[in-house]
Amino acid sequence: MSVIKRLPKQLFFLLIVKPVVYLLLGLNIYNKQRLPSHGPAILAANHNSHLDTLVLMALYPLGELHRVRPVAAADYFLRNRFTSWLSLNLIGIIPLDRQGQVDKDQVFEQCQQALADGQILLLFPEGSRGDPEQLQPLRKGVYHLARSHAGTQVVPIAMHGLGRALPKGGSMIVPFNADVVIGEALLPGDDSNAFMQDLQTSLEGLLAQCITKRDARWEDE
Amino acid sequence: MDIGLPFMLDLTPNTLNAMMVVVAMLVIASITQLILRPRLSDDGYLELKQRINSWWVMVGVVFTALMIGPTASLVFFTILSFIALREFFSILPVRVTDRRLILALYLAVPLQYYWVGLGWYGMFIVFIPVYLFLLIPFGLLMLGETKGFIRAVGSYQWATMTTVFAISHVAYLLMLPADENPAGGGVGLVLYLVFLTQFNDVAQYIWGKKFGNRKIVPAISPNKTWAGFLGGVATTTVLGAVLAPWLTPLGWGLGLAAGLLIGLAGFIGDLTVSAVKRDLRIKDTSQLIPGHGGILDRIDSLMYTAPLFFHFLVYTTY
Repeated sequence: MSVIKRLPKQLFFLLIVKPVVYLLLGLNIYNKQRLPSHGPAILAANHNSHLDTLVLMALYPLGELHRVRPVAAADYFLRNRFTSWLSLNLIGIIPLDRQGQVDKDQVFEQCQQALADGQILLLFPEGSRGDPEQLQPLRKGVYHLARSHAGTQVVPIAMHGLGRALPKGGSMIVPFNADVVIGEALLPGDDSNAFMQDLQTSLEGLLAQCITKRDARWEDE
Repeated sequence: MDIGLPFMLDLTPNTLNAMMVVVAMLVIASITQLILRPRLSDDGYLELKQRINSWWVMVGVVFTALMIGPTASLVFFTILSFIALREFFSILPVRVTDRRLILALYLAVPLQYYWVGLGWYGMFIVFIPVYLFLLIPFGLLMLGETKGFIRAVGSYQWATMTTVFAISHVAYLLMLPADENPAGGGVGLVLYLVFLTQFNDVAQYIWGKKFGNRKIVPAISPNKTWAGFLGGVATTTVLGAVLAPWLTPLGWGLGLAAGLLIGLAGFIGDLTVSAVKRDLRIKDTSQLIPGHGGILDRIDSLMYTAPLFFHFLVYTTY
């Protein structure tokens, strides 16, 4: 991609996304040095809010943003012409059709191509945001994708707090701090179940480190 | 001292000197850190370095705002209260239904500082303790969730009181009539309060580290000792007396009392946030300030010292 073509995206992140993420919201970032700056890599994060994608991308310096490609739901991010344009040009998503109208192989191909180009895919293996701040069962797509291109590392990332800033069905952003905890990279082996178990264990461990995840106590009692 | 710049005119020579002393102390801290380097572990050195670097940033931001003038200072304190309030809401177990009320409470931050900017003392002093006190439960009623109602009312009111109401007293020091304090002006009062409060934290830490033995409140904060408490308060009291004639309208006698007040209140403020963290089982309130933790970890003492020093000053002088 040419430098000129990257400019609108960089400006969008510099002027809108980064100020929202770092000034309106606040981030507690753990182990930032584990964030891969080059692909082929997959960031596998838990999913609570539409802000997840933007927050994870905002962790990257402007010069590296073009390498980060979120795989995001077409029914939300392509819902009208404006958001489509924004999602495809300024965020650079690879649209994933959850209703299955677009050929799955086609999405897979696009992702593979991105990995082959040394890009970093951003994936939410839970599939959807689910109940607020609850970890949903993980889907195996992330494993197959990582296996499809040799040397792809999967970096588990746990986030907490954005489900309060912008929950499912919420229409306005309310300022809250959010935790972003980056785990150690995993390399998928031959056993898909073992890999999914590792990913699950890793995400749960990372979630436990979150400062903002203390709501459980009121409900426990 | 008129050095021909459009800003800094509010600063008296004493205030400017006090700022230079603080900067000199930071220079000494940075040099000490380099000298200590061979004797510290890598982690220990990194933490010390982060702490001192963060002090440089914090002092730089506060001094810049104070030097530019009252408007910039009010903007600074508004942002400080906003970040502190956001941090408090982020660690509290907030109910998702309360998001709208929380958004409204954020709007109370600029309003409170607007009253300060107007110098409208009556509104400044009742807005949060009276109006928000009544409006928070009303707002929660409108949202219609009764499960956890009492705790929500209590914790939101407390969060707003500590991070907005209490901290805004620091800003109101800038609005007190300047002619009453020719030595230091409004900025001198702020420096006196903030410096003594932060100094007290450090003094208690150092006394505790050097001579600390018997724990004072093991259930809340296992690091606090009698030696740290008494040594810290004594040091702050003496320094309060020394600095008072220099920066405030108080003589050394009342300065002694102000120093004692700041030493004691700072200790209690520190413990209060420690208790909150223990309840939530967290170590820091956020990761905003490298080496220090969150903003609440840094301004915990100020939440107690600011309103108490303010009223002590107003009662004795204004």
